Amino acid sequence: MTHTEPGSDAPRIVQVTETPPSGVMPRTRAPDEKQPWFVTAKGIRILWWVFGIVLALTVLAELVVHLHPHFGVDGWFGFHAWFGFLSCVAMVLFAKGLGMALKRKDTYYDAG
Amino acid sequence: MLGNVSPGLFLILGGLILPLLPRRGRMTMTLLAPLLGFAHIWTLPEGVVSSIEYLGYTLELVQTDALSRLFGTIFGLMAVVGGLYALPQKNTLESASALVYAGGAMGVVFAGDLLGVFIYWELMAIASTLIIWSPGTPESRRAGLRYAFIHLLGGVVLMAGITGQITATGSADFTAMTADSWATWMILIGFLINAGAPPLTAWLPDAYPEGSWSGTVFLSAFTTKTAVYVLLRGFPGTEILVWVGLYMIFYGIIYALLENDMRRILAYSIINQVGFMVCGIGIGTEMALNGAASHAFAHIIYKALLLMSAGSVLYMTGLRKCSDLGGLFRTMPVTAFCGIIGALAISAFPWTSGFVTKSMITQGAADEHMLWAWMLLQAASAGVFLHAGIKFPWFVFFQKDSGLRPGEAPAPMILAMLLFAGLCLFIGVWPDPLYALLPYPVAYESYTGAHVVTQLQLLLFSGLAFFILLPLMKRTLTITLDWDWLWRVAGPAVAAFLLRTVGPVWTGGLSVTRRGIGGLIAITARTHGPHGALGRAWPINTSAVMVALFLLLYLILFFVWPAG
Repeated sequence: MTHTEPGSDAPRIVQVTETPPSGVMPRTRAPDEKQPWFVTAKGIRILWWVFGIVLALTVLAELVVHLHPHFGVDGWFGFHAWFGFLSCVAMVLFAKGLGMALKRKDTYYDAG
Repeated sequence: MLGNVSPGLFLILGGLILPLLPRRGRMTMTLLAPLLGFAHIWTLPEGVVSSIEYLGYTLELVQTDALSRLFGTIFGLMAVVGGLYALPQKNTLESASALVYAGGAMGVVFAGDLLGVFIYWELMAIASTLIIWSPGTPESRRAGLRYAFIHLLGGVVLMAGITGQITATGSADFTAMTADSWATWMILIGFLINAGAPPLTAWLPDAYPEGSWSGTVFLSAFTTKTAVYVLLRGFPGTEILVWVGLYMIFYGIIYALLENDMRRILAYSIINQVGFMVCGIGIGTEMALNGAASHAFAHIIYKALLLMSAGSVLYMTGLRKCSDLGGLFRTMPVTAFCGIIGALAISAFPWTSGFVTKSMITQGAADEHMLWAWMLLQAASAGVFLHAGIKFPWFVFFQKDSGLRPGEAPAPMILAMLLFAGLCLFIGVWPDPLYALLPYPVAYESYTGAHVVTQLQLLLFSGLAFFILLPLMKRTLTITLDWDWLWRVAGPAVAAFLLRTVGPVWTGGLSVTRRGIGGLIAITARTHGPHGALGRAWPINTSAVMVALFLLLYLILFFVWPAG
């Protein structure tokens, strides 16, 4: 359906070859289209800063909010922050490893 | 009499009449039938409303309590708003099947006996197969057939269990059971197959994404949540469900992380979310059961919302792979906004519905001091944000621009999405009306400072992990093998191998045996036939001589035998 290589960095326009259920082919990007601020390089930098500040605030909020841990381990400072982060890293890496063994081309079943 | 029928019958009847109507009539029926059923739920009195005697058993045709009313309400709501969303759908088969399907789900929750549950259960299997088939593509035909096989198998297992249970107890009543006999195990397994439990998990992500842009919205709501309902009623506190649920939770996350088809990502996350509910049912305290029931309620809304936003993208572009999509927020802002609300709700972000429901399940685990289950549930909550909360909106509406600028979907679809997005926020901000519907009194306060802060930490830091690990998440044109490989590839391959190797031996052996049997028959015919030595008719005098001879022999033996 697409002629664009996933992973290439050049601006792309995905080719729609079949009429969608709506019966209208989607329009495509005009060459002179104006981009919203948050997709520009500068905007993305600003978003990262904002995100970083929010992250810090959620951890610092522990100093003013009274936590009531159940198990002990969940009372460590910033437990939910680093636990959430690390478990996500672990899940992504596990998925990556599993993918190496179990990934197939998406036309794998089409032959049979 | 009309006052006592199951609310599901309104939808089933509506679905059967629908194909006979003109287009406008079909659209009206799509909304009218579920509205009537929905209203009817709230006119039913508490308890056994109607029952009949049949073959010596009391069949409780309609029975209501808080649990059935909760599920009936959400199924009715789903059928109405889903019907609104599907108004632009011209496929009559799908519109009719969707009504029958929703009616079947409502029928299950208002059936007071196991036989009623089974009948509506099978009706759902048939109607949902028809929904998968209705696009008419070769892919949907094959996927629908695989789907039907699994569900018919599940139905057989369930029926075997029900028969055993009725024989053992003498009653068809559907009440809480313990999995301690083969019959109750069979019932439990039958229920779990529909919940998407291992090892038959693959039927769900295999079949659901093959439905049409609107069909998948219906599919996401009813089968698995009906299974959650029957588990809630039939097997609360069955410990194995904790581990089954945890498997489903992590299976959903891992497979969704690897997936490229946007609706298959959401299909995997159905299993993930149902895993939370199954786990809550296994924990079995009032807190956890309330959590499972309310999470099912909230889940139907936000999952339908997510699939509606994905369906709108599919409707406008015809594309379904993340690697083809991206940047659509520019021209589909409302769809993107609704998709993000759904994504936040599934992640249990504060001020959305998931926050006030899922936390009751984790709280249930904490109250029971189940450290491992609690740790895994927390890790999984972070993982939900990772695989559905960010991944879905990011790859569909943002990421690298696809260059496509499709318009917004038609008004009914937008309206349906806004309604459900509003409900996600409403329940999140004001959970009391939902809490009032739950089977047990709610003694839980979700909005404590500690809960909000820890949940924000958990989610936002998993968001950080997502964007840091983004290079590892690059979408590829791949699928990930699942258990269904066993019956899609290995099974047929083994069968073909047996046909090639054992087949000739079998055929050869069979013909040798046949020849042996033929020979035996021929010998027997020769000896015992009309002209055979042993089959001949003997003249009467020969017989008399023979009898005399035997008598002589006997007499000799009698006198000769030493007397002892």
